[in-house]
Amino acid sequence: MAASSANQSAFSKPPVERMGGLFCASVDELVADVGDGSRLAIGKEETGASLAATLALIRRKVRGLHLICLPVSGLQADLLIGAGCVETVETSGLSLGEAGVAPCFSRAVRTRRIRVIDGTCPAIYAGFQAAQKGIPFMPLRGILGSDLLRHRGSWKVIDNPFASDHAQAAMGDPLVAVEAIVPDVALFHARSADPDGNVFVGRDRDGLLLAHASRRTLVTVEAVSDENLLSDPLRAGATLPELYISGIARTPRGAAPLGFAESYKADTAFLNRYARLAASDDGFCEVLEELLGMHRLHGAPIGPAMGSRSDVG
Amino acid sequence: MCTSTLDDPLPIEVLISTVAALLEGVHHVAVGASSPIPGAGALLARALSCNLADTTPCAQRLGTPEADLEADSGVRSLPRSRRVRVSILGSRRHHAMTNGGVELFDLAATGRIDAFFLGGGQIDAAANINLVGIGDYPSTLTRWPGSFGSAYLYHLVRRVILFRLEHSRRVFVPRVDFVSACGSSPEGEYRPGGPIALLTGLCLFRFDRDRRRFVLQSVHPPHTLEEVRDQTGFDFDLAPGLAATPLPGDQALALMRGAIREEIAETYPEFARTWSQSFETGGDRSETVAKIGAALQG
Repeated sequence: MAASSANQSAFSKPPVERMGGLFCASVDELVADVGDGSRLAIGKEETGASLAATLALIRRKVRGLHLICLPVSGLQADLLIGAGCVETVETSGLSLGEAGVAPCFSRAVRTRRIRVIDGTCPAIYAGFQAAQKGIPFMPLRGILGSDLLRHRGSWKVIDNPFASDHAQAAMGDPLVAVEAIVPDVALFHARSADPDGNVFVGRDRDGLLLAHASRRTLVTVEAVSDENLLSDPLRAGATLPELYISGIARTPRGAAPLGFAESYKADTAFLNRYARLAASDDGFCEVLEELLGMHRLHGAPIGPAMGSRSDVG
Repeated sequence: MCTSTLDDPLPIEVLISTVAALLEGVHHVAVGASSPIPGAGALLARALSCNLADTTPCAQRLGTPEADLEADSGVRSLPRSRRVRVSILGSRRHHAMTNGGVELFDLAATGRIDAFFLGGGQIDAAANINLVGIGDYPSTLTRWPGSFGSAYLYHLVRRVILFRLEHSRRVFVPRVDFVSACGSSPEGEYRPGGPIALLTGLCLFRFDRDRRRFVLQSVHPPHTLEEVRDQTGFDFDLAPGLAATPLPGDQALALMRGAIREEIAETYPEFARTWSQSFETGGDRSETVAKIGAALQG
């Protein structure tokens, strides 16, 4: 894996064959190519989780996903696990925050329905950073002495080849090398896109890292603006260029019931209800139905033809 | 305490002011996930360090033992360089990073974060912490959220404060089932950071890095040393000056219940709601702590 992950040609962008270019008519179309067994990368929820596209994957009954959280997740991962879409989850943490433990995740670990690859946040970031540079690994400090290292075949302890101090050179200066993480697909929710397919991520720069490290990137956006993002000096520096994008679906409130950026807050009443109900399989089905219904209601027509100006960019 | 216009402090308010006292002198404190009390404590430390109009020294406002020493020094304001910076993960307002989630870790590795908080489902005598679960990994019987950034930050942040509200033998064990992050490292290994203290619902321990043992520093009123002994599953030492944990003064209390509660509500709305309910209605205080405890740990 390390050899292929260092191979930059693996990142070449597949041709887009959709009628509307990068823009998809629905979230279902957006995720249509995410096959069973894909290595799917998602970000932490406060930087933009595409719940709408996640529910589309669940509707399609995707199976055997290797879910990679950069570097943690919550409701989004718990839903995929509860719906039986996930075989392996690679994460530094999975919880519902103030609403408590992630119930489906806890249950799936207990009943051994999923495999967990336990990480630590900076190591997952480092794995993505190695991938975006096209190199097989990234060294970093800390971690030594943790059982995470003991259980992790793809992390190695190496010696600092630049240790200059004589005493240090004699004793060695161990560093942990983490293997590059190259997801097949990255999926996240962003503020806006322009008609050319550039995506505004604002301050939530993990979207850039997700895209730089992954073979393909799928994005849902709150809005589509008229103006080219790269020609706006205020937004260009916080824009993910079209170069990385494989598909966009305009999906207002696409992160709900989670909060998103400056646009809307998390529905804490729902999250508390989820934490309670999803503690059982039956309860999970009930709350999942509610969520599917919620997103069906604001299934919006998609694309730049709408001419709706971004009020969130 | 002097005559009070406010109620007596709630147990969580004693914890918040103790956190602020542990942060005296830091330049930049960062607060991780699921940490409302440390977050409120960090915001209090910042508010006290920025309160230029207030002539009362920080230590006195906090009710720390240094109060008398500083009371005569006439500290009227702190220069900009001494004001505390706070970064709260999950906050948009109290968070000055612009390079994505990795920036926190880069800041830590370059010595730009002085203090951080870690917790643990289990914490042992040697300050090893377990955030993964109980049982024989990977077949954990009880699974917790995961290690987050602990395995890294514990090594790199100089002043790591361990915080765990629940003080019981199931939490404070002789040896953790899984080491998410180790309390100390072999001699000669690069490790500028590590634990300095463990704050619980009952007491405050200091961690003696040379001896690799916890030292009981103070017990929160009305709890007792016997309770601490009964509820701790490992041996610890007693500090020579072992005392009751100082309570926050009226000013710190007013600040906490006003500005600090509003600031922390942005990231922890449920916590802030439960907190204000209990001081507004004079509700059952132990219940407040229990509710907040339940929210922190399943």
